[in-house]
Amino acid sequence: MTAPFANDSVGLVQPRTTHFDEALLLRSGETLASYDIVYETYGQLNASRSNAVLICHALSGNHHAAGYHRPTDKKPGWWDNLIGPGKVIDSERFYIVSCNNLGGCHGSTGPATVDARTGRPYGPQFPIVTVADWVQSQARLADVLGIDQWAAVIGGSLGGMQAMQWAIDFPARIRNAILIAAAPKLTAQNIAFNEVARQAIRSDPDFHEGRYYEAQTEPWRGLRLARMLGHITYLSDDLMSEKFGRDLREGRINFDYGVEFQVESYLRYQADSFAGSFDANTYLLMTKALDYFDPAADAGGDLSAALRDVSAEFLVISFTSDWRFAPYRSREIVRALHDNDLNVSYAEVESHQGHDAFLLKIPQYLDVFQAYMGRIASRL
Amino acid sequence: MTTSQPSSGSTPDSAEVRPDYAIIAQWIKSGSRVLDLGCGDGALLGFLAQEKNVSGYGLEIDDKFLPQCIRNGINVIQTDLDKGLAEFDDDSFDYVLLSLTLQAMHFPARLLEEMLRVGSRGIVTFPNFGHWRARLQLGLFGKMPVSRSLPHQWYDTPNIHLCTLRDFEELCRNRNIDILERRAVDHGHQSSLGLRLWPNLLGEIALYQFTHKIRSRH
Repeated sequence: MTAPFANDSVGLVQPRTTHFDEALLLRSGETLASYDIVYETYGQLNASRSNAVLICHALSGNHHAAGYHRPTDKKPGWWDNLIGPGKVIDSERFYIVSCNNLGGCHGSTGPATVDARTGRPYGPQFPIVTVADWVQSQARLADVLGIDQWAAVIGGSLGGMQAMQWAIDFPARIRNAILIAAAPKLTAQNIAFNEVARQAIRSDPDFHEGRYYEAQTEPWRGLRLARMLGHITYLSDDLMSEKFGRDLREGRINFDYGVEFQVESYLRYQADSFAGSFDANTYLLMTKALDYFDPAADAGGDLSAALRDVSAEFLVISFTSDWRFAPYRSREIVRALHDNDLNVSYAEVESHQGHDAFLLKIPQYLDVFQAYMGRIASRL
Repeated sequence: MTTSQPSSGSTPDSAEVRPDYAIIAQWIKSGSRVLDLGCGDGALLGFLAQEKNVSGYGLEIDDKFLPQCIRNGINVIQTDLDKGLAEFDDDSFDYVLLSLTLQAMHFPARLLEEMLRVGSRGIVTFPNFGHWRARLQLGLFGKMPVSRSLPHQWYDTPNIHLCTLRDFEELCRNRNIDILERRAVDHGHQSSLGLRLWPNLLGEIALYQFTHKIRSRH
């Protein structure tokens, strides 16, 4: 029997887990004594070990970026649109590594992991991790995999922030950084949305100050609300109008509080499927990592100064309808890069899909991205 | 070559160097920092990188040129030039280039000043509306000129601010811009005695290098 997957799919993939016993000192001052990182790889590392690329995930992402875990999986990994044989991030040319960040809930050590010191899940005791902490932990994973230097570190949204941090923290270990729908730091409005999401979770009676694992409950209602809110900010007004308009589920108004408009039904569906597979404490941690990201802060608020020691080449991409990390946020990054005379290309892709456009097959986006990946491949 | 795109970068069919590129390369010092406004597919920047070891960026608005620039190894930043160059600091470049793009800008005078804010020197090329063939079509036949360097009909042209050499020089005088070099070439980008004597009549393409008066005194 032939595999039930398309020719441009990486097919069945198997996550692997690496255990680290060397303590990780975090930006907060706390340490993680030991931890696991779960990751997937696609493609083969070449003999000169020069073709490795790291995929960094966003808020709700994980290590499963492409392919399928089981032949029966309905959906492939979250960036399967872009990763695979012959695709933009070509698994026939690159050795692609994708890991679940610390604090996650898909296999890497996080709040739901049992803390060996106490025998209980970390819960609220899990230290707050930052983008820089993730980059440190990813560098250790690179060591384990025998990768001295990434051909590229690639990410969308919060993933793009990690790619930027890589260029700052490990200039000798990264040749290209690809930042998609990212920002150099959050605005007050961005932080405000995150805070509403956190409050939704933390005020849920089932939250139990983060110790809900032991209470055998989940702050399911709060997590659903957080996801609904977040989801609205990932889409554009235009896209929602186009997708749902004011369409009614039953074709008429019922004058009650049931699900009437299609958009309500959609949001509830999104919320249910997300809350069923994500941990509330992880959601809190991820939003904090976003809020704290500000590489310019250590350089007196001057992003150009923060990038002074960077040597990587950059591709920066934004989407016109993204109002969460709007194009002007990407242009701030581009400006700081050319202030330092660094090699950078920037594309502002016309799209109506909002922030989530970075996950989708938008022709101009794919063309620009593919051209850049081709350039990297030609220099391996 | 045509001015059908507000950009400099139509790649020549042969490996021959476009003569206007060669003239621009003569004007530019080796190792300069260059900003190319409306860089098209990056052919000019690529040529200057190869011949003069320049570095810098190309700005381009047209989606279709971006992947081409990237493939050609050019740093391209998608930008609407009509919104100005606000994202570039003063004196960031040795030269700012504007090749066959001035006539398609909404605010050409403002852009010239922006060029001299972010760079020490500016280089522009544009199709000369004062060429005898254009004068003949308008003066004798009473029709808007259509030619090899101005291939569009009046109703579908991107060229909204056409000018002659004399017009351009008058603008420079009014804006305290010093012209350092001028070349007028025919469609084959060749120069001749006639072109040197009557550039505004015989020149199809004009090339200028200029700087701000205050700078040129130093």
